[in-house]
Amino acid sequence: MDDTGVVIAFYVLAAMTIGSALSVVIVRNIIHAVVGLIGTFAGLAGLYVTLSADFIAIAQILIYIGAISILFLFAIVLSPRASRGNTETFMRFPALALAGLVGAVLTYAAVDTSWNVTNEEGFEETAATIGELLLDQYVLPFEIASVLLLVAVIGAIVLVRPEPMEEED
Amino acid sequence: MSVDLEHYLIVGAALFSIGLYLALAKRNFIGVLMGIEMMFNAANLTLISFSRFVESDQALSGHVFVVFSITVAAAEAAIALALAVLIYRTRETIDVDSLDLLKG
Repeated sequence: MDDTGVVIAFYVLAAMTIGSALSVVIVRNIIHAVVGLIGTFAGLAGLYVTLSADFIAIAQILIYIGAISILFLFAIVLSPRASRGNTETFMRFPALALAGLVGAVLTYAAVDTSWNVTNEEGFEETAATIGELLLDQYVLPFEIASVLLLVAVIGAIVLVRPEPMEEED
Repeated sequence: MSVDLEHYLIVGAALFSIGLYLALAKRNFIGVLMGIEMMFNAANLTLISFSRFVESDQALSGHVFVVFSITVAAAEAAIALALAVLIYRTRETIDVDSLDLLKG
């Protein structure tokens, strides 16, 4: 990927992703943190486009920005008397040390390993092939994932029901 | 100047460690969940970049894996945020350091 446009797009999108992620850490209001989270998701969708993953980029926008961020906002507004702060617990410095260690190890592994890289260009379009794979080779995980989604939806509804179901006397 | 696999992996590693810090250190339960979602996203970015750059006879399997990963993340977010609302209803707070019912 030597194209100047792709290089510029990568650095802009990577800076946007990491910057938004850092803003989630730094801002003091949990609703502003959700805005930072949306920025992270959007930057990742752009990075997927530079990796020629068109279907995943659209799915990222639809599911993460469209659904999960809204779910976060709903959970915040449904807890009106809870703290809106975004502060750290006493675990702040151990967590910082551990996160820095994990990041350093992952970066070292990424740079030090000699990956078996191809010289091929990116995929032309991916949605059709992903659809075929999902309904052919990966049909069993696909069905299990749909059952998992059904269970999650029912579970979420049952958990937040205002009144527990009345027992028969 | 070119963009290679390592660049994407470093972005993924940075995002993962930011998510890990959020999940471990935030006081607000919603903030912890944001960290978990961020770690999911870092893993997805890594999978997509391996799918794009690494030699394989099944080029798009990484994309299929990410589809499943997004599904699981969505289910996890729905259940976890329902739990947050439920905890708020009984305790009037969602700060993780005040949820110490199991403390002796």
